[in-house]
Amino acid sequence: MMMRLIFALLMMLSQANAQGFAGLGTAADGFAVPERNPAFTFPDDHGPHPAYRIEWWYLTATLEGADGRDYGVQWTLFRSALAPETSRDWTAPQLFMGHAGVTTPDAHFSAERLARGGIGQAGVTAHPFMARIDDWQMISTTTDGDAYDALHLTARGADFAYDLALSAEGPLIFHGESGYSVKSAEGQASYYYSQPFYSVAGTLDLPEGRVAVTGTAWLDREWSSQPLSANQRGWDWFSLQFEDGSRMMAFGLRDTAGDWFTSATWIAPDGTTESYGDGYVTLTPRTWTEVAGREVPTAWRLSFPERGIEIETIPLNPQAWMNTSFAYWEGPITFTGSHTGRGYLEMTGYE
Amino acid sequence: MLYTAISTLFSHWHRRPGQLAMLMLGLALATALWSGVQAINAEARGAYDRAAATLGQDQLARLETPDGRPLPLTDYIALRRAGYLVSPVVSGELRDGEARLRLLGIDPLTAPAAAQGPALDGDLDLARFFTAPGLILMSDETAERPLPDGLPDIALTDGVPPGAAITDISTAAHLLGQSDPSYLLIDPNQPFGLAPLAEATDLVLRPPETANDIARLTDSFHLNLTAFGLLSFAVGLFIVHAAIGLAFEQRRATVRTLRALGTPLRSVLTALSLELTAIALVSGAVGVMLGYVIAASLMPGVAGTLRGLYGAEVEGVLRFDPLWAASALAITLLGASIAAIQALIGTARMPLLAPAMPRAWAQASGRIMRLQALAALGLMCIAAGLALFGSGLIAAFVCLAALLIGSALALPALFTGFLGLIRPRNAFAEWVVADTRQQVPGLSLALMALLLALAANIGVSTMVGSFRHTFTGWLDQRISSELYVTGRSVDDTSTLMATLENEPEVDAILPIISAETRLYGLPADVFGIVDHPTYSAAWPLLSAVDNPWAQIANGTGVLVNEQLYRREGLALGDIVAIGSGLPIVGVYSDYGNPNGQAIVSLNRLTDTFPNARPIRFAIRINPADVPAMATRLREEFGLPPDNVINQVEVKRFSLQVFEQTFLVTGALNVLTLGVAALALLTSLLTLANLRLPQLAPVWAIGTSRNRLAWVEMGRSLALAALTFALALPVGLALAWVLLALVNVEAFGWRLPMRLFPTDWLMLFALALIAATLAALGPTLRLARIAPARLAQVFAQER
Amino acid sequence: MIDSDLPLLNLRDICKSYGSTPVLNGVSLALNGGQTLALTGESGSGKSTLLHLAAGLDQPSDGSVHLDGEDIGRLDDAGRAQIRRDRIGLIFQQFNLVPSLNVAANVALQAQMANRFDAAFTAEISDRLGLSDLGARYPEQLSGGQQQRVAIARALAPRPELILADEPTGNLDEETGDIVLTLLLELVAETGAALMMVTHSPRLAQRLSREVHLSRGQLAVQ
Repeated sequence: MMMRLIFALLMMLSQANAQGFAGLGTAADGFAVPERNPAFTFPDDHGPHPAYRIEWWYLTATLEGADGRDYGVQWTLFRSALAPETSRDWTAPQLFMGHAGVTTPDAHFSAERLARGGIGQAGVTAHPFMARIDDWQMISTTTDGDAYDALHLTARGADFAYDLALSAEGPLIFHGESGYSVKSAEGQASYYYSQPFYSVAGTLDLPEGRVAVTGTAWLDREWSSQPLSANQRGWDWFSLQFEDGSRMMAFGLRDTAGDWFTSATWIAPDGTTESYGDGYVTLTPRTWTEVAGREVPTAWRLSFPERGIEIETIPLNPQAWMNTSFAYWEGPITFTGSHTGRGYLEMTGYE
Repeated sequence: MLYTAISTLFSHWHRRPGQLAMLMLGLALATALWSGVQAINAEARGAYDRAAATLGQDQLARLETPDGRPLPLTDYIALRRAGYLVSPVVSGELRDGEARLRLLGIDPLTAPAAAQGPALDGDLDLARFFTAPGLILMSDETAERPLPDGLPDIALTDGVPPGAAITDISTAAHLLGQSDPSYLLIDPNQPFGLAPLAEATDLVLRPPETANDIARLTDSFHLNLTAFGLLSFAVGLFIVHAAIGLAFEQRRATVRTLRALGTPLRSVLTALSLELTAIALVSGAVGVMLGYVIAASLMPGVAGTLRGLYGAEVEGVLRFDPLWAASALAITLLGASIAAIQALIGTARMPLLAPAMPRAWAQASGRIMRLQALAALGLMCIAAGLALFGSGLIAAFVCLAALLIGSALALPALFTGFLGLIRPRNAFAEWVVADTRQQVPGLSLALMALLLALAANIGVSTMVGSFRHTFTGWLDQRISSELYVTGRSVDDTSTLMATLENEPEVDAILPIISAETRLYGLPADVFGIVDHPTYSAAWPLLSAVDNPWAQIANGTGVLVNEQLYRREGLALGDIVAIGSGLPIVGVYSDYGNPNGQAIVSLNRLTDTFPNARPIRFAIRINPADVPAMATRLREEFGLPPDNVINQVEVKRFSLQVFEQTFLVTGALNVLTLGVAALALLTSLLTLANLRLPQLAPVWAIGTSRNRLAWVEMGRSLALAALTFALALPVGLALAWVLLALVNVEAFGWRLPMRLFPTDWLMLFALALIAATLAALGPTLRLARIAPARLAQVFAQER
Repeated sequence: MIDSDLPLLNLRDICKSYGSTPVLNGVSLALNGGQTLALTGESGSGKSTLLHLAAGLDQPSDGSVHLDGEDIGRLDDAGRAQIRRDRIGLIFQQFNLVPSLNVAANVALQAQMANRFDAAFTAEISDRLGLSDLGARYPEQLSGGQQQRVAIARALAPRPELILADEPTGNLDEETGDIVLTLLLELVAETGAALMMVTHSPRLAQRLSREVHLSRGQLAVQ
């Protein structure tokens, strides 16, 4: 009950509440609003932006055990501000929500933590970089170069835990126009950049025992104050790793009429990017699966004629449901077709 | 056939509606008093359970500091960072004059599911809840009470116990000025792979709290109510027994005729049982309604008592519970069958051919009376044995019950014996005495009821009176300062005290400072006092070592209250765990407080509990200067009027709490006496008709009806007076048991017994009035009876 | 309807004693359908006891009571009650009316219990007994003669085969007693019931077709 209310509180920030945490705050109430031509300064911008209504540190990892078994890991810290202020006691209006997930071919584990900022239970600092909620941590382990170049990641749920070391093998990349990412035809936008080049090594603690894993990971950083358009229902987000080392991010925002607002970023192996606005990518559901009592498209066709991409995605586990106060689908995928590779899929707004 | 039998038997009531009314009244009253008391008890217990369930305290274990003080916020953060799911609560009491509010500040973000009661469900505006100035949740009833100033907006909700409010931890921290959690709630589902919580912290793990703590304190009160309810029920059953007996007696001839005309005995018994069931159900329903009304009107008083005496918060409103109503009806049926069983057995055994002559239905044979006397003797022995050697509240109540039932059973034998001692001077007087003796068995049940009611009345009023006498004397000694001042804040109080210290007219400033702690495993308060004659000269101690105040003053001793002393079986010189341990140098009485309490020197207190600072203090001052000082405090120092209270007001408030405590007892007492008077009336009515054959010959040989009526009235009064004479020693014994056994077990204090002969006179008059009223109807009927009816007696006699 | 070979009421070798006091000592008596029989004797001769035994209100110490060939001694309380209800009309010296029922209800009482209530017939006998105007009164408001007429109407209303009357006029003055007895005999004759009546009065006994005399618990043939 409380969770539902907390969720309602977080979601109140977006007026169309089906949009989940993609809801980007209204322009009003004294919150700052993303502007075009952003100038990021690091490491400050790795840290929190309490003047903005919502923000997240969002990491997904596609992993493999020594026996070749595939795994997926998610670690997310959301920040949601009730007011564009912060303080160092109980009254701090900065709320934090942590989500952690582990996907195996036949199971999916999820956990959630809530906390208020100000008393030290949860929060993010830019230098040294550390994002935490309770004992869940994302800590920079490097003192030279970008703080995100090396991270130590931990989380724990009722039936799982993980401990991963990440090291970046490429630069940060910026989506949209140098990190200014437009989310609708009406111009709602967020600041959005990523570190898509992590290699990962670490352990997963699962009910069946401890598993050593290696693989790759992708970190998203995004903050904003604006809601999505009133008619947008949810989104489908893909991060893809091709065999040649290039990467791609694509998302589609669904509206009530069944139309899509899509956006994509092509990332070459050296980190150079090319952004594509609405319409370049076409997303088509292939297979609907019943997940947690609802129908969710767990397999997709993704067409990107501009770059000759025509692929079909398959989930590692179609039941990768994040059973959190605000629930959504998040899990590793593989794809075949014109290209093959692995990636992560997130789908929100399926009722 | 069954229908004809039922309608024939039932036609009796058509001809005698008064009798039916009496039977129904008896049943309804018995049901009403019993079910009313049950409803009150159930409501209170429900309130304790609900209070215990607040924030899931009945399911969730807690972490707290060993001394019950707030734990450092860093300890909480350390536990969260170690991965443990614990949730902070900031709790405390806001006081503002007489307004009090228990505040529970919670962190909804971390609170375990079990802590999320209905109070937080629904359309709560969470943004307002989380952000300053915040939102405070309480029940309608709490919101209607006087509340402290400076509260944020109030949202009304069910499920918050009365006198308490739930709010966000940030709001509570601000209002209470305490940012450290009072305790941590432990989520029963801890994450994967953590060491046991006990290994991760120095904090004390307390298992889930049940309603037991408060229930234990209030048990005695509810047992009291139950005992009264049971007494009323028993007295009500006397009426029912009498009314049923009368009705069965008067229908003997009808039953015989029915059987002669071909109604099998089984059908007759079935018809009687069905009739009785129907009457019991209807009366029971009336009784349940009546009980609800009684309980609902007593509930505010009960709530006041529980709050005043135990600090237990109970809504002053009664809920209607169908299960309660059904069980009350079941009890009525059971009671009616118990009351009817003798009559039914009599009917079943009645030979078909015995002469159809009324026979005194309850004509207890000498054998039965002897048996009763023996049983009475046995019960008295049990009562005496328990009084001397028993221990525990149950033993005390069993002792009470044995005393009361034993004296009731002894009544017929004592009366008969007493009447046997009278040597009348003339034939008429001889007839009167003999006739009275003959009546004793028939009236004995009603007289027993009267005896019980009178004895209970004497006992309870003696206890209350003794208590009040002791209490007022004790108040005079304890409340000896002229002015009691509450500062607006702790700092304000320090400044005020420092300022007033230097005023020439002020004799002394006595800070009132205490700390909450746990002594012997239960909550207790420790007070710190300065060395002043107010204490050493005036405070009454129940027992003490030589010169206890000197030891208190130099911080090498502790005084404990009588409750703690008795509860833990302490002795002077025992060491109490305050600081490094202090020896007990004295024991003081502390009426009205269910908890343990201790007094040490001010310095000892502040050394042990550095956080304790006074918000209240007392001023010793020449009484003539009191008004001026009070005005100054209000005007010059800007204190709200309620914050400056003089001695008189404090005493008045304390007495008010005291009166509340015994309000309900008093009300039930009066009701029980009323029921007993009714029982007497029923019995006299029953006998009036049966006695015509005895009266007719006396009338025939030349005694006027008026004279007979006067004799009847005189006899009733004499029997009531005799009953009172017996009730007096029983009542005093009852009072002694209440004061010396029940009070010590239930409340932890023992009171000297005092006698109030004027109260007895009042009660004696009341008993005579009750007897007069009860006898009036039958007497008037006798005075006006048609001579033909008396003559009929001879016509019908074979 | 009745087998004429078989007596309606057949008392055989009836003995009855209360404690060690013998009341009846080997009494045998038969009564055929339609017959009227007077049972006379001194006070204490056992005539009321014999009547009670015939009604199944009491059990003989020895001997048997047959009603229409059925040994009622073998029946339980309910069985004997049924016999009384359905086949016997009882009239007592003390009337034994139900004080809380009015006259009409008293008259109808047994017939209704026996499920043999016939409104027209009841009205007819009430009329014959002069009770038509008294229906709403209660027994205590009636004279003795009126009360006994109510009792007779009650006994006749279910059309019993056998009327057992115990000193039906014993509580009435001679004149009233004669009137009541005349009515009783008329109605018994009209309904074809048998009647056994206990009386200590030889004058009344004469008016019945047969008379037997009890003396010290034994039958003395007249």
